[in-house]
Amino acid sequence: MNSLHYLYAAYGITWLLLGGYILRLIVRAQRLARERRELGKD
Amino acid sequence: MKSLSIAFIVFTLALLGFSTYQALVVAPTEQTMGDVQRIFYYHVPSAWVAGMCFLVNFLASIVYLWRRNLNADALAAASAEVGVVFCTIVLITGPIWARPVWGIWWTWDVRLTSTLVLWLIYVSYLLLRRYTTGGQTALPASALAVFGFLDVPLVYMAIRWFRTQHPQPVIGGGEGTGLDPRMWTAVLWNLAAFSALAAMLVWQRYRLLREEQALEEAHAERALGDHQEARAA
Repeated sequence: MNSLHYLYAAYGITWLLLGGYILRLIVRAQRLARERRELGKD
Repeated sequence: MKSLSIAFIVFTLALLGFSTYQALVVAPTEQTMGDVQRIFYYHVPSAWVAGMCFLVNFLASIVYLWRRNLNADALAAASAEVGVVFCTIVLITGPIWARPVWGIWWTWDVRLTSTLVLWLIYVSYLLLRRYTTGGQTALPASALAVFGFLDVPLVYMAIRWFRTQHPQPVIGGGEGTGLDPRMWTAVLWNLAAFSALAAMLVWQRYRLLREEQALEEAHAERALGDHQEARAA
């Protein structure tokens, strides 16, 4: 592996991790919206 | 409020795009390490943002212990979660940078070990919140957060107080240290972008936590109403 491979690995993993976390927030928001509808709060 | 949130998200994404361009294209290649040194532009801002998130967690936990304020508890939980995400990035990008430069992925020096301990403390904090129920979560979590924060200054000062494999500070390290001005520009853009991203994530997570708290209350009220109806019948 050369220098650029390490660089791309670091940047790629950073964005995978952040993207995964953002996706988790979106899923959680959708689940809460569904629960609110079921409770009749919307 | 919603349009303000969308505007902030767009602003943050634009900032992230520009700061990555600064890091990968505009900043000069470091003479000794080569391109791998550009990990610096993600590694350092992530560490900075994690430290800020843990500071917010510490302050919000103190407010909760003092006032028993649920907003403060939600802010503490949100900032700890986002802090752990950025601390994880630090712990992943660090070894990827270390391998080609030091020849090893990891060493148990004070900076690296105290950072790992910091990550473990806040993962424990999140697990404590996850696996305690019945309104008993906030108090022990806040107490843990207040003591856990003691590790943050140790992480920051480790490379000043001890001889470490981790490099001495290049920012705020005194005489003989410093960066090329174009590197400084890239660092500052990335610090701004990562700070904006962290603020956005903490804000969104905080909103979700407040919503979860409201839903828990609504569920409890409904259960109480059902119970009273059953007794009346």
